[in-house]
Amino acid sequence: MIVSSLFSYVLVAMLLFSIGLLGVIARKNIFVIYMSIELMFNAINLLFVALAQYRHSYDGQIFAVLIIATAAAEAAVFLALIVVLFRRKQSLDADAFRALSQKEAA
Amino acid sequence: MSVVLAWIVLLPLCSFVLLGAMYLFSITQRRIAQRYFTFVALFSPAVVFVLGLAALRELILLGHALHYRAYVWLHVGDYRIDMGFLGDKLSLFMVFFITLVSGLIHLYATSYMNKDEGYGKFFAYFHLFTACMLLLVLADGPLMLFIGWEGVGLCSYLLIGFYYQNNANVVAGNKAFIVNRVGDLGFLIGLAMLFFYGQSHDFSYETLALHIGAVPSEILTGIAVALFVGAMGKSAQIPLYVWLPDAMAGPTPVSALIHAATMVTAGVYMVARFHFLYDLVPHVGIFIAYIGALSAFFAALIATKQSDIKKILAYSTMSQLGYMFVSVGLGAYDSALFHVFTHAFFKALLFMGAGAVIVALHHEQDIFKMGEMRRVMPVTYATMLIATLAISGIPPFAGFFSKDEILSVAFGSGHYELWLIGTVTAALSSYYMFRLFFVVFEGTHASHSRAHDVDWVMKAPLIVLAVGATFAGFLGLPELLGGKHLIGEWLAPWRREAFHLSHVVEEILIALNVVAALLGIAIAYRKFRFYDRRVAYKPEGIVYRKFYVDELYDVLFVQSIQRLSRFIAETMDKKLVDRVVMGMSRGFVAAGTRIAWVQNASVRLYAFIMIAGIGAASCYLLAVLR
Repeated sequence: MIVSSLFSYVLVAMLLFSIGLLGVIARKNIFVIYMSIELMFNAINLLFVALAQYRHSYDGQIFAVLIIATAAAEAAVFLALIVVLFRRKQSLDADAFRALSQKEAA
Repeated sequence: MSVVLAWIVLLPLCSFVLLGAMYLFSITQRRIAQRYFTFVALFSPAVVFVLGLAALRELILLGHALHYRAYVWLHVGDYRIDMGFLGDKLSLFMVFFITLVSGLIHLYATSYMNKDEGYGKFFAYFHLFTACMLLLVLADGPLMLFIGWEGVGLCSYLLIGFYYQNNANVVAGNKAFIVNRVGDLGFLIGLAMLFFYGQSHDFSYETLALHIGAVPSEILTGIAVALFVGAMGKSAQIPLYVWLPDAMAGPTPVSALIHAATMVTAGVYMVARFHFLYDLVPHVGIFIAYIGALSAFFAALIATKQSDIKKILAYSTMSQLGYMFVSVGLGAYDSALFHVFTHAFFKALLFMGAGAVIVALHHEQDIFKMGEMRRVMPVTYATMLIATLAISGIPPFAGFFSKDEILSVAFGSGHYELWLIGTVTAALSSYYMFRLFFVVFEGTHASHSRAHDVDWVMKAPLIVLAVGATFAGFLGLPELLGGKHLIGEWLAPWRREAFHLSHVVEEILIALNVVAALLGIAIAYRKFRFYDRRVAYKPEGIVYRKFYVDELYDVLFVQSIQRLSRFIAETMDKKLVDRVVMGMSRGFVAAGTRIAWVQNASVRLYAFIMIAGIGAASCYLLAVLR
């Protein structure tokens, strides 16, 4: 059944997105945060592909390919950033980077 | 040719700018020798005097008033105010003796201020004063008169505080300026009322005189009183006289020129100038006359106990101004101006003589530390004697004729109490003047070995003024004595009504005046002719303390205002305004710190807030779009 398979796709996408969101909010490690963001990306990707299939249109699939390409580029930037940040504080704890906070400035 | 009027004002103004620039150059760049200042300082008054004479000649030849319009100052709709100069008999009469006396005082001051640090500054101020005073008398409308009026006040302030290193002088200058502000407020109110009610196309005396009849009489009374309040301040009458004795803190030529001969008579001139207004409100005139009489008497009484030579002269100036106001109040403006004229001579002479004595004794002003000065400075002695006789009203010296005329006006007007006060004051005047004279020049056992005579630059103006003080009165010889009253004829329009007294009464009045003056002299002679300097004289009592008027004003006005401002500064400002303002800012700071907690740079919190926001926005959109 196509409808029920679409529903399961959407369900999986929602689960993936929620897990990613939780990871961004709850975890401290920058790496894990990055991975969670990627998870959310892929949840959206999954939604694109599933809905494109459902509507018999290729627009969503093209979008998904585009997003994968963007995510690859973004991964390169993000990993470089993480290296720089780690060099600074010798830590991957997101809470360690507070240069913009009120207290840090004072 | 009437452009000469403008030059009479402009020339001192130019020399003021020149002297000021030279002085600034001298103190900032390179020293300029004193003789260059002296040249400018003496050149300009001499030329102005000649210009004044030229204008006078022009007036006599033409037979009508000179009028010069320099340019239009204000032009609004139909209304226009010209920068105009009016040279009629009154103003040119004033110009004549102002330029004469001021020229002589300039000459005197070159010696008095010799080697002074602020020599150039002094003469710059002096020239500015001369320009303002001449503008005051040559103005063709009240507005221009007011420019000069404020200008002379400013110069008076600057020159009283000339020795600004001494704080007392600065305080005296402030006092003069502030008391004059009180009077000037009245003057401004008067001008504003005149402006509103004198409906016409311009604001000159001429048009005001034409339209003054249309103003309701209550308003006229208000205007007359308000303008007179200005005169009270400038001419040191009760109750705004307190600044004049303190104004003696300035250099003596300043006292002679500004606070005796010219500026203080501006009030008398102003009332005479507005005679078309004061003629319509004789009851205000009576008020003025009483203020004048009271001031004359009060000042004379205070002067009898003072010991500072310049303060005695200051009170005598106030007293003589009181006589002038009696006269203008009764509508005899010409008699008042006659007294202004003679007074300018003998009072300038008295101040300059006093200045010479002060210089001779190395700036000693207490008369009881002087004595026997006749031996040191015979010329000053002789000229001071003439001036003292003149102010006491002994014939044939100048003061006698003018004072006698004022007293006979007071008698003839039927206000016998004014006459009585005037006569008693005359006796007091001769008493305190001869008291000063005997103590300073006669006396015994003086011990000032360091005293030296002054140079001829100071003595020459004394002699010229002594001639003036002797003969100026003959310009106004009463008909009784077989003369022609030249000044009375010249200023004929400035008399409201003629008071006719029979010859017998006039003779009795003259005799009484002379007797009163002689009485004063006799008492002074008995008490002070052989004043022994070794006996310490300690003046005391309520009269010496000037009836505690200064203290009274201090409590009434100064301290009450200070208390009010202290209340506002310490209670209102700190406890009310500051508390509100500081409370508000503290509130903002507190709120800010509380909100700043959000900005704690925790990425995860930001993400949460962002997602919560997106969630809320989505819910809202769902609710709206459904």
